[in-house]
Amino acid sequence: MSPVSRGFHGRRSDEAAAPGRVPPGQYVTHDFPVLSAGPTPHVPTGAWTFSIRKAGAVLKSWTWQEMRALPADTVTVDVHCVTRWSKLDTRWEGVSVDTLLEQAGAEAAYVLAFSDGGYTTNLPIADVTGGQAWVAFGYEGGPLEPEHGGPARLLVPHLYFWKSAKWVRGLELLERDEPGFWETYGYHMYGDPWREQRYAGD
Amino acid sequence: MAGTAVRRRLTWQVATVVAVNDETATVRTIELAAADWAGHRAGQHLDVRLTAEDGYTAERSYSIASAPGEPVTITVQRLDDGEVSPYLTTELRAGDELEMRGPIGGYFVWDADHTSPLLLAAGGSGIVPLRSILRHRARSGATAPVRLLYSVRSLPDVIYRTEIDGLADGVSVTYALTRQQPPGWTGHRGRVDAGQLEDVAWPAGRDPVAYVCGPTAFVETIAEGLVGLGYLPHQVKTERFGGPGGP
Repeated sequence: MSPVSRGFHGRRSDEAAAPGRVPPGQYVTHDFPVLSAGPTPHVPTGAWTFSIRKAGAVLKSWTWQEMRALPADTVTVDVHCVTRWSKLDTRWEGVSVDTLLEQAGAEAAYVLAFSDGGYTTNLPIADVTGGQAWVAFGYEGGPLEPEHGGPARLLVPHLYFWKSAKWVRGLELLERDEPGFWETYGYHMYGDPWREQRYAGD
Repeated sequence: MAGTAVRRRLTWQVATVVAVNDETATVRTIELAAADWAGHRAGQHLDVRLTAEDGYTAERSYSIASAPGEPVTITVQRLDDGEVSPYLTTELRAGDELEMRGPIGGYFVWDADHTSPLLLAAGGSGIVPLRSILRHRARSGATAPVRLLYSVRSLPDVIYRTEIDGLADGVSVTYALTRQQPPGWTGHRGRVDAGQLEDVAWPAGRDPVAYVCGPTAFVETIAEGLVGLGYLPHQVKTERFGGPGGP
């Protein structure tokens, strides 16, 4: 039983304004906060590639031009950061991960997304397929800025936003789940915002 | 960027407010006592949960201001449009209870056996986790040399002013006053630029480690400036408002 915080009333306007869209423990922000563990990488698109790897082998790789030539989706989604801000109705442009996995022609149970700067994060394959995940390079009608993960980031909006790896450069296909960067430091392996899976054991 | 932290469950527990101390007009330090606190590392944060009479709850994360081994304290900056920080900085008083869990975060941390020269760069209340590092260093007798760069609007906005001005033994402090300087001020004015950063930062050849915490614009400027000075990405640990310690 939680003790009542004397004199605390709360604002609770977010749920009223957008019923059913703000997960527990979140508040709505209209900014776009930036969070990352180190310096922002700046990779020119001429040197950028995206790879799908398995067991040390590159199954398929795309240059920036090849990626941009693939059919792209424009999606409007809500995103939820584990640090408790949620941002509603964000508009992104990107290539569905379904398309990339199909071209790579491989199957696996899990993926580990990897990024410039050494960042990684793990996801079940079932959460990056079926039209649920994109390699996104456009945001609100323009290019995705470097501090928000440009030139391209993973977009998996139904999980906490740390799973949407910034500066993503590929997916490693795995048969067993392996913790990525924040998962190693105690964050949840799966990260469902509607079940408040912030930290290990939640 | 490999991690070594132990994964364990973080449970909510009731903490009692032992004392509150106003650091500046908008910043308050809160000392907490909890029955089951496993201890923390310098630089980590914790979550606070408040509950209204009708059961409505609000949670936020705050950097831990105290050193490992000291009573758990947080230092909170009041955000006028915030939901939780106005309560913590104005309403809360000694004897009140709230819920907390932690510690959280294992990357933006410093341990006393680290010997690399330390560059600590704070923007505003970004000083809070760096103060934990400074206190830990002093209490543990660690000898890593420290340069602290603290960017703040004006001298009255400096948090922990007395404590910082009393630092000695291998710690040098540089204030950058961005908005208002007292008469005769000869230190940095305005936002820190690349040239000023080079004056303060350890040369990359000394194998330093930088901890940078503050608002996004400050963190981006400092982190990119350090990369420009030859720091490698793993030598620059960053943390920004809105998400202390976390993703």
